[in-house]
Amino acid sequence: MQVNEIKEFRPKIVAFCCNWCSYAGADLAGTNRLNYPSDVKIIRVPCSCRVNPMFILRAFQRGADGVIICGCHPGDCHYTSGNYYARRRMTLLFSMLDYLGIEKERTRVEWVSAAEGAKFAATMNDFVETITKLGENKRLEDLRCKE
Amino acid sequence: MQRIMAEKAKELLQNGTVNRVLGWKKGEFVYDITPAVFNNTEEIDAEFVYDDFCANNLSKYLIKESRKEGKVLVFLKPCDTYSFNQLLKEHRIWRDHVYAVGIPCDGKIDLDCLKKQDIQGIVGIETQNDNFIIHTLYGDHTIAKEDALAERCLNCKSKKHVIYDELIGRDGEVLDSHRFDMVEKIEAMTPDERFAFWRGEFSRCIRCNACRNVCPACSCENCVFDNPKSGIANKAAADSFEENMFHIIRAFHVAGRCTDCGECSRVCPQNIPLHLLNRKFIKDINEFYGTYQAGEDTESRAPLNIYNTEDVEPSIVYKKGGNH
Amino acid sequence: MKKLSLANLDAFFAKIADKQALYMPIENKAGQLQFQRWTEGAKLSVGCNTVRSAKDFFFPQTENLVDFKVKGKEIEIIDSRTEKEDFVIFGVRACDVRSFAILDKVFLSNPVDTYYKSRREHGTIISLACTHPEETCFCRTFGIDATQPEGDVASWITEDAVYFQPQSDKGQKLLEKCGALLEEADESPVLRQKQQTKTYLDKLPLATLSTKHFENKDQLEVFNSEKWAELSEACLGCGTCTFVCPTCQCYDIRDFDTGKGIKRFRCWDSCMYSDFTKMAGGQPRLTQLERFRQRFMHKLVYFPINNDGEFGCVGCGRCLKKCPISMNIVKVMKTLEGEEK
Repeated sequence: MQVNEIKEFRPKIVAFCCNWCSYAGADLAGTNRLNYPSDVKIIRVPCSCRVNPMFILRAFQRGADGVIICGCHPGDCHYTSGNYYARRRMTLLFSMLDYLGIEKERTRVEWVSAAEGAKFAATMNDFVETITKLGENKRLEDLRCKE
Repeated sequence: MQRIMAEKAKELLQNGTVNRVLGWKKGEFVYDITPAVFNNTEEIDAEFVYDDFCANNLSKYLIKESRKEGKVLVFLKPCDTYSFNQLLKEHRIWRDHVYAVGIPCDGKIDLDCLKKQDIQGIVGIETQNDNFIIHTLYGDHTIAKEDALAERCLNCKSKKHVIYDELIGRDGEVLDSHRFDMVEKIEAMTPDERFAFWRGEFSRCIRCNACRNVCPACSCENCVFDNPKSGIANKAAADSFEENMFHIIRAFHVAGRCTDCGECSRVCPQNIPLHLLNRKFIKDINEFYGTYQAGEDTESRAPLNIYNTEDVEPSIVYKKGGNH
Repeated sequence: MKKLSLANLDAFFAKIADKQALYMPIENKAGQLQFQRWTEGAKLSVGCNTVRSAKDFFFPQTENLVDFKVKGKEIEIIDSRTEKEDFVIFGVRACDVRSFAILDKVFLSNPVDTYYKSRREHGTIISLACTHPEETCFCRTFGIDATQPEGDVASWITEDAVYFQPQSDKGQKLLEKCGALLEEADESPVLRQKQQTKTYLDKLPLATLSTKHFENKDQLEVFNSEKWAELSEACLGCGTCTFVCPTCQCYDIRDFDTGKGIKRFRCWDSCMYSDFTKMAGGQPRLTQLERFRQRFMHKLVYFPINNDGEFGCVGCGRCLKKCPISMNIVKVMKTLEGEEK
């Protein structure tokens, strides 16, 4: 009898989390033993507005299938207004990616406070599910990084 | 017009208002115009030109020129004044070293439009009412003006000079153009069609950087794509990713600052419609954050430099337009 | 001389494409000509020259040279080259064919560039004589006859037929394979066409452009000309001229870190770029004037000095058409020459 290995698609997710809210939210999710998939790789940034569009594209280049940016709720930014700027930038960037025919569901922005461990876990679960359904990132891939 | 401009330039040189003139210089053929600095009246008499082929936007040269000694006279078409104003706003041009003369523009000829209509071997051109008569090695062609003009001129956004020290002729108005029509058309496609459309365009990119180097908004001293330490410096179109990356990042970096002068599309040797990326950002900014025209004034803040607590969320993209 | 009826052109292409890849100028989405692979239904365009030159076939814009894989303390070096397939390029113009000879001088002299050599060996060139030269053409300046192109096979398209003249063993063999479609022909239609084309060539605006000024020239004299400042003044520093040029052959070698290993690739470089020939100690040409001068010195002075007087330009006119500020080799030649008069 031959057993065929079925390779299940496990998406690679990059989550940029702001140091003050979302990263602490992720921490809380951890200490509360809430489950979210290990496919999510967190990169801590000082503020959601630190995320340059280049970061997102490079994440895709290096093999990410989805990129999510998490920051403090509007009005709660540690630096007063960083997330407001991030909000404008990401709106325009996502709209541009959509315009170029890149699946818009692959990028997302979510506001998660330090107290919202449950929201963090739920967001990640939902995002991973969305990306799993979408499948592998083909449209923004760099073939040289694939092998 | 050329004569009036040349007279004006000579007058200002002679009375000492300026010590040099930034304009356009004749070439070998009728169409190969080069931007040039004229230092004296003899040079102006010999080589100065202004005609339907003087498409180059001279504003960017002022970053360099205005830092030199003395005042420079520059001729600005309406759309060039927007770039000039935007560069002033970004403190890239020394205003007191520039004497700006606004000049009228009836749209410029796009050589590729002629070539597309199988007009080859061009040796001369004449204007006759609403037509151009083009002399070639293989006979004459008559072509209607609108068939010869560049896309950006057919969709001219404004005939108004937003800044000048002196104006030759009468000032025009901001026009109601159809410049977003093509953007809307692309938005109405399915994501697969959009992806195929842009791949078809970007795949021709040869990474010559002409779009970036000509762009008045691309005035960084050292571009991230030229910096080997950035990790994304790429000279070659090695992969479709690099093409996408370059054009997305470049368009994003000029978002809110791009005046839609259209130089990027004019210079692209592969005729990639790069202005459609910039116009997408302009259109989105207008829709999300209120109508904004970069370069219109020097006081207002760029849309990506301000915010409103009531701004739309990025999730609007999931709901908005576009087919699935 | 062999003759193929125009009605049989597609059958001829199909015959060649059956065994090997066949490329030819085909109109692209932007309405410009581009060398593309022929497939059933594709239409050969003979309008004018392609935007990109034919050098891409032998010296591609980017190519992988070698891969490195790191495992622990070991580095594995992998030659990632695969066996090249034979290919045929149809419709190469006389100027572009000559550019191959110029590139050969660079890549096939010692040490031989094996990547380039292998491509050269696998490629067969069917050149095509020009019938309607453009105003930007000046191949005659460099002793090229647009009506009698070099190449493995030369061809002429008349109103009703294509005429072929094999010019090498490779070309002879290729034509033999398509023998059934070809017939022996009298060359008078070709001679007539040549005569007609010559009258056009005589009338070209650049017909009298000469390289005399640069023959056996003292390099320092040209180098130190005061005209360079004025010529380079408006240069944007983009790489358009160098990338559409059939003879520009400078390249850069870089490493790309894939995260799992290194891919060492070669890509076209442009002397117009600020990081051209940048080394640990910086770059030797700090201003756009120096970089601009390098391009024309290379083509008009350095290259002939090292190659028995052969110039590094073939007069295809691509840079004349594509430069965003319309500064080009013709203007440079005329300006430098005019200075002496």
